[in-house]
Amino acid sequence: MSPADAPPRQPAGPQAAGDERLMHRSLVHRLMGRPELGSVVGAAAVFLFFTFAAEPFLRASSLSTVLYASSTIGIMAVPVALLMIGGEFDLSAGVMVVSSALISSMFSYQMTANTWVGVGVSLLVTLAIGFFNGFLLTRTRLPSFIITLGTFFMLTGLNLGFTKLISGTVSTKTIADMEGFASARAVFASHLTLGSVDIQITILWWIALVAVATWVLLRTRVGNWIFASGGGADAARAVGVPVTKTKIGLYMGVAFAAWISGQHLLFSYDAIQSGDGVGNEFLYIIAAVVGGCLMTGGYGSAIGSAVGAFIFGMTSKGIVYAQWNPDWFKFFLGAMLLLATLLNAWVRKRAEEKA
Amino acid sequence: MSAVLVAVLGASLAGCSSTGGKRAEDARAAQAAGGKAAVNTPRWTFAMVTHSGDGDTFWDIVQNGAEQAAAKDNIKFVYGHDKEAQRQSQLVQSYIDQKVDGLIVTLAKPDAMKDVVAKAEKAGIPVITVNSGAEESKAYGALSHIGQDETVAGEAVGEELNKRGKKKALCVLHEQGNVGHEQRCAGTAKTFKGDLQKLYVEGTNMPDVQSSIESKLQADPSIDSVVTLGAPFAPTAVKAKEQAGSKAEIDTFDLNAQVAGGLKDGSLGFAVDQQPYLQGYEAVDLLWLYKYNSDMLGGGKPVLTGPQVITKKDATALQEYTKRGTR
Repeated sequence: MSPADAPPRQPAGPQAAGDERLMHRSLVHRLMGRPELGSVVGAAAVFLFFTFAAEPFLRASSLSTVLYASSTIGIMAVPVALLMIGGEFDLSAGVMVVSSALISSMFSYQMTANTWVGVGVSLLVTLAIGFFNGFLLTRTRLPSFIITLGTFFMLTGLNLGFTKLISGTVSTKTIADMEGFASARAVFASHLTLGSVDIQITILWWIALVAVATWVLLRTRVGNWIFASGGGADAARAVGVPVTKTKIGLYMGVAFAAWISGQHLLFSYDAIQSGDGVGNEFLYIIAAVVGGCLMTGGYGSAIGSAVGAFIFGMTSKGIVYAQWNPDWFKFFLGAMLLLATLLNAWVRKRAEEKA
Repeated sequence: MSAVLVAVLGASLAGCSSTGGKRAEDARAAQAAGGKAAVNTPRWTFAMVTHSGDGDTFWDIVQNGAEQAAAKDNIKFVYGHDKEAQRQSQLVQSYIDQKVDGLIVTLAKPDAMKDVVAKAEKAGIPVITVNSGAEESKAYGALSHIGQDETVAGEAVGEELNKRGKKKALCVLHEQGNVGHEQRCAGTAKTFKGDLQKLYVEGTNMPDVQSSIESKLQADPSIDSVVTLGAPFAPTAVKAKEQAGSKAEIDTFDLNAQVAGGLKDGSLGFAVDQQPYLQGYEAVDLLWLYKYNSDMLGGGKPVLTGPQVITKKDATALQEYTKRGTR
């Protein structure tokens, strides 16, 4: 855990002391080797494309909308990327977000408790679900696809079953008039106004998660454990990496982010539809993969997942800004994502050849 | 872990909310009165079979209406539902085998229901169709159809938008490929004198719904009204509008507690309701009238339960009714 083992960060930029040419090359070299490089180029291309294709895209208010859309995917993409670097998938991540929101809402409502109590209970239960995923995976050694597909269906059923049982309808009742709602909304679903631009608080959560995850991955021993577990679990175990603990921890990380996203849903929209969230797990995986994570594990980055989420947010909203025929929306979305990822792969291949 | 749990449970005892929540609901429920039969006809059994999936708020309200009418008319009311057409028709068959005294069915997938409705006729069981199947109902031999025509509902929205002087409206579809949704938008486009645009959103992903509407409003600031096709999406559209800094009016199809609240505080312009409670209530009551007095409403035409345009002045009363599950 001690960051002291890691080499000190080299000062970047032309003012650095010593041989400037050598310094410069080493920086370029290091950047070339980063997993997120290709996706940054892809993001720049998508950004430029919509700057020209959609006139309102470049306005500050539009960019704030795009960032909000990206952040709701990005918050989950960070731990999902970490999990994929660790060599596993989580198909239950999408509905887990809604489970977390439902638990929080229904606990507060049924107990007539302060909403913060529901938020706390929800954190514990959601982390327990993440622990369950990780524990089952490491115990049974079954593929994570199967384990989390099972929890995906179970959670989908529990979401509807419990909501129907407790609330009598398919959505939760509003908790907007309960104590603690206003302060919880400030933490999870408020927005700050900078000049004329609204910044949704989810963007701050997103940046914080990316920063923490990047620090863990690159500067701590846990980060090395994650890379090692995903690169080759048995070899890692042989050299003393606690693979079981690492993987359980990664699933609990996904659960923690699901809790943040779930509370955002709840305090943003007061009432939660129990059928929501299905299919979102793929958006998180897409963001991680577009951002440079390998499907096979052992390679990727947290910043990359953020860039991937940003590409997805830009594309899905950019099409609306461009006012293309809405009947073809999904086609455009798929085509743009494919092009961005192809560019990404091409850039990375060129970079590897040069390096 | 357990220490934390104990701490949280302890906090939950101390951290009660004095507003809202279950306690407020219980207080409301205590005020509501129970029903008692008002007629002396024999205790007939009426069965209702719908195409509802599991856990759909809309059908809860239909059922509430049917049960209320059943209590008043001294009817034993039974209910079955299955979203698979084949299993729905099997359910109807099982009620025919049980020799119920009346049948209420939905014809969402008419072809699959045709035979079984004919069998009911043959067995001498009167059938009323509700909600969907206005075109097929008469041909299949049902006594009457009670429901809303989605195109007519859309037309009502278009006219209401004209009345409000709107020039450019946005129709937000939350499910790709839903025929009823397309009819609602098409109906609106038919009567609306301004320009109607469509926007598809991912209905199961609320933040996506919000940011998509937001983008659309930013892209085209001349949009002066947004029509959502389902009640849960109306409050989200209001948020999107605020974020986008748009002046557009938000209107919606269907009703729920949040929509009633929005109409009341002025964040929503109007809602168009098809009155699901009435679809259940009237179906049971009409079957009773038919058994008792051979009466039938509609004169061979569908009996429409909607569209009913709801605005601010109706909202206060409706808010209470949505909370008790009858609107």
